[in-house]
Amino acid sequence: MSRWRRFAASRLLRGRETGVRMSETEIFDEMWGTDARLRAPYSGFHDWFGREDPKRLRAKQREAEELFRLTGITFNVYGKAEAEERLIPFDIIPRIISGTEWARLSRGIEQRVRAINAFLHDIYHKQEIVKAGRIPEEMIRRNDAFLPHMIGVEPPGGVYTHIVGVDLVRTGPGEFFVLEDNARTPSGVSYMLENRETMLRMFPELFSQNRVRPVQTYPFDLRRSLAACAPGCAASDPVVAVLTPGIYNSAYFEHAFLADQMGVELVEGHDLRVVDGRVAMRTTKGYKPIDVLYRRVDDDFLDPLNFNPDSTLGVPGIMDVYRAGGITIANAPGTGIADDKAIYSYMPEIVEFYTGERPILQNVQTWRCSEADALAYVLDNLADLVVKEVHGSGGYGMLIGPTASRKDIAAFRRKLKARPGNYIAQPTLSLSTVPIFSRAGLTPRHVDLRPYVLVSPGNINVTPGGLTRVALKKGSLVVNSSQGGGTKDTWVLED
Amino acid sequence: MLGKTANGLFWMSRYLERAENTARLIETGQRIALTRLGDDDAREWASILQSAGSYPDFMNAHEEVTKEAAINWMLRDRDNPSSIRTCIEAARQNARLVRTAITGEAWEAINAAYMSANASIARKVAERDLTEVLQRMRQATALVRGMILGTMMRNEIFDFLRIGTFLERADYTARIIDVKYYVLLPSINAVGTMIDNVHWESILRAVSGRGGFRMEYGAGGGPREIVHFLVLDKRMPRSLAFCVSKIEDNLRYLDPEGRSPTLRMVRDLKTQYLSHDVSAIFDYGLHEFIQSVLSALGDVAAQIERDFRFYE
Repeated sequence: MSRWRRFAASRLLRGRETGVRMSETEIFDEMWGTDARLRAPYSGFHDWFGREDPKRLRAKQREAEELFRLTGITFNVYGKAEAEERLIPFDIIPRIISGTEWARLSRGIEQRVRAINAFLHDIYHKQEIVKAGRIPEEMIRRNDAFLPHMIGVEPPGGVYTHIVGVDLVRTGPGEFFVLEDNARTPSGVSYMLENRETMLRMFPELFSQNRVRPVQTYPFDLRRSLAACAPGCAASDPVVAVLTPGIYNSAYFEHAFLADQMGVELVEGHDLRVVDGRVAMRTTKGYKPIDVLYRRVDDDFLDPLNFNPDSTLGVPGIMDVYRAGGITIANAPGTGIADDKAIYSYMPEIVEFYTGERPILQNVQTWRCSEADALAYVLDNLADLVVKEVHGSGGYGMLIGPTASRKDIAAFRRKLKARPGNYIAQPTLSLSTVPIFSRAGLTPRHVDLRPYVLVSPGNINVTPGGLTRVALKKGSLVVNSSQGGGTKDTWVLED
Repeated sequence: MLGKTANGLFWMSRYLERAENTARLIETGQRIALTRLGDDDAREWASILQSAGSYPDFMNAHEEVTKEAAINWMLRDRDNPSSIRTCIEAARQNARLVRTAITGEAWEAINAAYMSANASIARKVAERDLTEVLQRMRQATALVRGMILGTMMRNEIFDFLRIGTFLERADYTARIIDVKYYVLLPSINAVGTMIDNVHWESILRAVSGRGGFRMEYGAGGGPREIVHFLVLDKRMPRSLAFCVSKIEDNLRYLDPEGRSPTLRMVRDLKTQYLSHDVSAIFDYGLHEFIQSVLSALGDVAAQIERDFRFYE
């Protein structure tokens, strides 16, 4: 108990000592809010924690790591030798969301995902949104993520984004912002599931004391949702498969995990071939057609006949089968345009245009550096802004003004001037924190949240929970695992 | 099942079996060296390297055969495709490839074997630790086998695992006999010399067959009995006859109508080489006999790849 108080008090004290205006530096903590008063969703957890011996918890933290290592929940680091398999650090203090908070969040996510699917259908068909003057035509036409092969194509069931992982950040009690709509092939869901599994194994008592909504049905829901999107030619029990680039891919563990949990085959490009107008996998008894392919391979590598001719990861001719309605590809090719960072800035308009409703979730204010006024503003305020590449991901190639050196800022200024259209800028948000359990006890660290959404005809299903990523370095705002971030179990409570 | 998966299962179990056999070979070599009854160390280790099928590779990388170099080569050299370390890494790599086909328990056991190998043989192993390290490696692979036997469904996945295990095992037993065939040739002496006895014992040790052999033949038994035991005895779990009949069983489960060329080849192998008595083997010539069996086993492995579409 007193440990908590000390921790909370020290945070306030630090703010006072530095003498900066509280309104600007005040960071919202998911456990303690901004006034060091325990927030309601954490009350059950807090009681339990107060009774625990820190030594036992430290032992449990180590046990969790051994468990991850043994189960092989590792990721390969790009550009490293094959032997280089790393664990994503796991922190035992959960991120807890109340039922009421969640209800609003999931409504907002659903609305956004509905709009994204309508937007994708529109830009690959009539482009009403362009005709209405809500988005400049060149934003679509000159966008690298726009796939002309998809023009006029009707994906089975009308679904473009079968799986979405929306990145959210929080800055205050009611303030949630969407940071990115990951509409291509969002990863990390295996961590959502394994983090929960680990917590259940280590601290079963927590789950009998707190009413935490389950996430474990995700693989089953995923299979059902994918099967519901099968093309017309599919068998009554559609054949689903997961397409992976192979065991050296950084997310291979997740691909194998999902195939295993769904009870479907995990295939690579060289296991597949187009046979009689269908995409089929080579089994010990000959070729067998696939109805739904959950691909974890990027558009560009999907089909060497239609896209990158050097790709060995894809299936020659799969795009032709797809266009003829012979297979469902999840997510559909060409969905990248919906999570492009320049298009992102139009999301409020997109939501309103297709749903006729006000967006429930806020967008982060975004300056498109392709526009002269915006560019001028960004160049004047680089030290306060976050600048990102339009097509970047994984925390690579971005500038975080407030923590960057003068040299970094100068270098970025040159890049910006050379290719302004390649960048957007956003204000530096003070992301909320959740305590982590460190050697020194509990210390606040910044977090984000990625809930997972499954889309099938007439149905959008948001799994209650998600992946909470946490920056382990003090003060850091970068939560990506490739940059040393960790993860936490994410609880949604039944209120 | 995917052809690729069948391939991964097949090789996963071959590598596990090979890791275990290599451990057994090092133990045998070490044992002979310790009894000091062998002629000289270098020759003994050269013959051990030959049993492992890696003598030429070893000589490419080394000037001469020494005990230390031979042990290091077989235990942990990455350039040796049959070293315990390479085999365990390859087994795990294949297990990752077929992760969806094997149970979580089997996967965790393989991963644990890999972690244990990383911990104990990543650095050079001192002679005084050798016995313990080899013991640990054998226990780790035995745990994998136990998990497979105890948790996996008896379906085609299991069949490919078993076929891989028994092909590798038959291959190994045949090689052991071949390298030592000269001490197994019938001699005019009814009772072997001291040296003969050491060699015979080392052969039996290399296939964990000492106990079984003594149970069968008491204090007696010479080359004829040893060859019978290792080639034809169907109760001996590492004999050629035992392994080949297991391969046949599992192929039959995969192909109940018996149409695959592989099954026919295995049946031919059985009638041609494993249905006579031991005198016929000596008449044929022990070395020639073993060479024929080894080449037939190689053909079977190649045919399995084709029949079950491992690659194309």
